[in-house]
Amino acid sequence: MTRIITCDEITRAVADLCREANYYLGKDVRGALEGALAREVSPQGKDVLNQLLENAAIAAAEEVPICQDTGVAVVFLELGQEVQVQGGYLYDAINAGVRQGYTEGYLRKSMVYPPLDGRNTGDNTPAIIHTEIVPGDKLTITVAPKGGGSENMSAAVMLAPAAGIRGVKEFVLETVKKAGPNPCPPLIVGVGIGGNFEKCALLAKKALLRPLGEPHPLEGIAALERDLLESINCLGIGPGGFGGRITALAVHVEIFARHIASLPVAVNIQCHAARHKSITL
Amino acid sequence: MKFKYPSRGTAPMDSNPACRRGAPATEDKRIRTPLEDAVVEDLRSGDRVLVSGVIYAARDSAHKRLVELLDRGEELPVDLKGQIIYYVGPAPARPGRVIGSAGPTTSGRMDPYTPRLIAATGLKGMIGKGYRSSEVKKALVDHKAVYFAAVGGAGALIARCIKRAEVIAYPDLGPEALHLLEVEDLPVTVINDCYGGDLYTEALARYSIKEVPELPLGKDPALS
Ligand code: SF4
Repeated sequence: MTRIITCDEITRAVADLCREANYYLGKDVRGALEGALAREVSPQGKDVLNQLLENAAIAAAEEVPICQDTGVAVVFLELGQEVQVQGGYLYDAINAGVRQGYTEGYLRKSMVYPPLDGRNTGDNTPAIIHTEIVPGDKLTITVAPKGGGSENMSAAVMLAPAAGIRGVKEFVLETVKKAGPNPCPPLIVGVGIGGNFEKCALLAKKALLRPLGEPHPLEGIAALERDLLESINCLGIGPGGFGGRITALAVHVEIFARHIASLPVAVNIQCHAARHKSITL
Repeated sequence: MKFKYPSRGTAPMDSNPACRRGAPATEDKRIRTPLEDAVVEDLRSGDRVLVSGVIYAARDSAHKRLVELLDRGEELPVDLKGQIIYYVGPAPARPGRVIGSAGPTTSGRMDPYTPRLIAATGLKGMIGKGYRSSEVKKALVDHKAVYFAAVGGAGALIARCIKRAEVIAYPDLGPEALHLLEVEDLPVTVINDCYGGDLYTEALARYSIKEVPELPLGKDPALS
């Protein structure tokens, strides 16, 4: 049985998600910031965490973006294979939603085309769209606006398999250390291990969508997440980079099979303005 | 070696009542633009400062144009003597509002232009977030200027301190246009002072845990 979803529905949903993701910081992130405040020892670090919690409350009350960098609109689609999209082309519908959400929602437009010496496209399109075909007759849309400051501090490497877990750990720590105060700590660190060159980057990005406080289902990976978080929080960068124990709120690792010759690792740095919102049509 | 959880066993400062939620961590210093040398000389890395008065908002593209004007020996659209530049590209204002969210952007992108601007115009302060180059830090010492950080990502909170916003040049740059902002008690922290102090470095020295914890190297979860 095919199920029909119209482009209009999709556009409307995407526009709403763009606004909501930017105005309302997720409950899990707010909870993690509260928890961080209780554990942070540095006065300056506490001051930053207080400002971030207050900021989230103001943004929600006034319906203004949490952060002025409302980012690239990254859109994840889980498209059921029994869904038929009617009334136009799916990706046009998504971009129309981004255009509408960013314009009517007073969100900043940050996309420039062509990339070298280009102009602002004026409506924050094009979105960056990742589509996965899944069983069923539903369409799940996730909008994850991603700011430039933290994206710029992200990195990927093709390790030799012999580097093993130690190599992975060193690369993650080195990436966070190098980023220092630039990506607005406290961070959420998304790590992709395995796959190939592009797959590990996508794994790292997808890792950021997992709710905070939810460990990886495999115990070995969950242990790696805990170890990485502890090591990162030994760095001393602290909230805002002003010094402290809470440099990261969480580390999320996602894995995939790899080629016998390579161990790809990607680290996608997410600032505390960790925004994503989903809907299932 | 076993992992040590860093937040345990370290001297707690939690007991300091000033650190409780809603209270500033240290005594704030208040400054008003334009800045005299004496004001800059009084600021040290780590100080929390409330800025009031007129400041100018500019990002990379506006900086590029300003420096091009200097290169051609032409006059700038604004006199920056004693002034502060805020690295920000605000979100659009809702109707009836002064400005949209307006937190700091990464300062490092302005590094190539900053020493020149300081030397040529008498610019006294910058507000942004993140590391500055050694050239910028040297210019701060040579010309008695200061670099502050605002809290990155606190754009909605910071917008409340902005009482007036006007585009004064380069409207074609959209959010990157040169803006005049009138601010009241904008909360910032001194990162680099005019004596070579650097909060980012000092913070690492103070809070990093030197003993590098090691992973129990048994089964490799990434490869299993
Ligand atoms: S890194 Fe995140 S919080 Fe910081 S300015 Fe960019 S989007 Fe905002």
